[in-house]
Amino acid sequence: MTRSNAALLVLLVCLAALPLFGGAYALRLGTIACMYAILALSWNVVGGLAGYPSFATAAFFGFGAYATGVLLNMGLPLSLTILLSFVTSFLLAGLLGAVLLRLRGHYFAIASLSLVEVLSELVNNATDLTGGGMGLNIPLASGSGIMADAMFFFYAMWGILLATAVTVIAVSMSKLGFGLSCIRQNETASGMVGLNATLYKSIAFGLSACFVSAAGGIYAAWVHYIDPSDVFDVLYSVKPIVMALMGGLGSPIGVVAGAFLYFGLEEVVWRNYIQIHSGVLGVLIVLLLLFLPHGLISLRPGMFRRKAKHV
Amino acid sequence: MSEGASEILHLDNVSRRFGGLQALRGVTLGIARGEVLGLIGPNGAGKTTLVNTICGVTPASGGTVTFLGKNITRIKTYQAARLGLSRTFQIVQPFAEFSALDNVAAAALFSQPGESLTSAREAARAHLAFVGLEAQATQPAATLTLAMRKRLELAKALAMKPKLLFLDEVNAGLNSAEVARATKLIHELAAGGITIVMIEHLMKVVLNVCTRIAVLHNGQLIADGAPRDVIKNPAVVDAYLGQQYAQRNAAGV
Repeated sequence: MTRSNAALLVLLVCLAALPLFGGAYALRLGTIACMYAILALSWNVVGGLAGYPSFATAAFFGFGAYATGVLLNMGLPLSLTILLSFVTSFLLAGLLGAVLLRLRGHYFAIASLSLVEVLSELVNNATDLTGGGMGLNIPLASGSGIMADAMFFFYAMWGILLATAVTVIAVSMSKLGFGLSCIRQNETASGMVGLNATLYKSIAFGLSACFVSAAGGIYAAWVHYIDPSDVFDVLYSVKPIVMALMGGLGSPIGVVAGAFLYFGLEEVVWRNYIQIHSGVLGVLIVLLLLFLPHGLISLRPGMFRRKAKHV
Repeated sequence: MSEGASEILHLDNVSRRFGGLQALRGVTLGIARGEVLGLIGPNGAGKTTLVNTICGVTPASGGTVTFLGKNITRIKTYQAARLGLSRTFQIVQPFAEFSALDNVAAAALFSQPGESLTSAREAARAHLAFVGLEAQATQPAATLTLAMRKRLELAKALAMKPKLLFLDEVNAGLNSAEVARATKLIHELAAGGITIVMIEHLMKVVLNVCTRIAVLHNGQLIADGAPRDVIKNPAVVDAYLGQQYAQRNAAGV
């Protein structure tokens, strides 16, 4: 394991101590931060490693949220519903990936974006099952007090983040990660050396969906009420890409750092400039990408000293 | 030529159409085990298309391709690679960010079942040494010179343990010292028992290396046989070599 991957695991273990230092508000922030990190790490598998710019994150986030919501309403326990939406979204994304990932570049981006709309419309129209545009109420999972609930959902989201990180690190060190990297660099040559690119891309797409779906499920159980415009919000597709770019494409710790930085900026800007928060956030992101084009990961000790020599 | 037991590859009436363009017209050709076949012809004759058709990049629109007794007409490129059909590209196709070593390791890793990343890198080192790139093992492929990238292509193709190797203009763009070096490598490969099909424009190299020549013109096979006979064939002189070459050749220059 490389040093940066080990650092990522240490960072996540430290994050688990958050409840010792903060109240319900800190836990809420921590839960969202973990959720963002899951989305960004997942996107990184297909976008960063395989080089396919997917906008389908929101589709699987919404899929997981609704799958969990509907199953919870049927009386299944939360752990089982999360597991089911995890597995089904992996299979669904794998199948869709085999078709969608034949497209490349902009074409793939548009097709993956349309997936969000398609699922959103399906949910909107399946009124009997999902409540359609009226949204879906989800029974309280525990109801044993505000702090206990906040703690529970924080650790649930954190657990999924840890599983995502371990999986992504394992993938990046494996034959699969090596193959995805080949596909990103030269897909024609990948086929010529005997790499089954369709299979690899499908697995990558499946992996980029299943943890997102599980996070969507936790989110649904956490907020007790979901509707299509909330969980199929295209911002869930765009934000992970921005986070990954801010942190450093392809590097797991960079992506997680990017997610935390993005979320920090979002929260600070939102609290201080409520009227113009999207505008301010946009300017900050543009500035960051202009001055750190390779993301936070390029900020290494000694970098400024080296630069000074060439001035 | 009839399909015999000694044939490694057999094309039967293979054609390929791209919209209104008939790139290959009924090509029937057998390749014997251990042979070094030169595939020549003018630009646009269909040489690369023929290789692409065999390797599954652009499957045949008609006819059948048989490799080691197995019908591979509709095969996918990665399956062809695993069966032992490997090729180099006329326009080199490296994994640009990977080191030379990892480029070759990728070829070994994905073409051989059960290979691990560690054992693939091990094998890659030997192939890099064979083509004389051991000093560049850690260098990203994007930083190699054209001659080195062509040799890297060759190392990648060899790492796939090919039974049949297609060399698509490995000498194009190289200077004469580099051509001599590449020719020597091809001789060594042929001596090692790999069946080779080479697309080549340098007739000196073709006559030096090949045991047989096939000539394509407008997607049709117009000649096939021993090198000395083929270059005297009037149809080949007309379509490709030109009168000047034939006269110089006849004069023994």
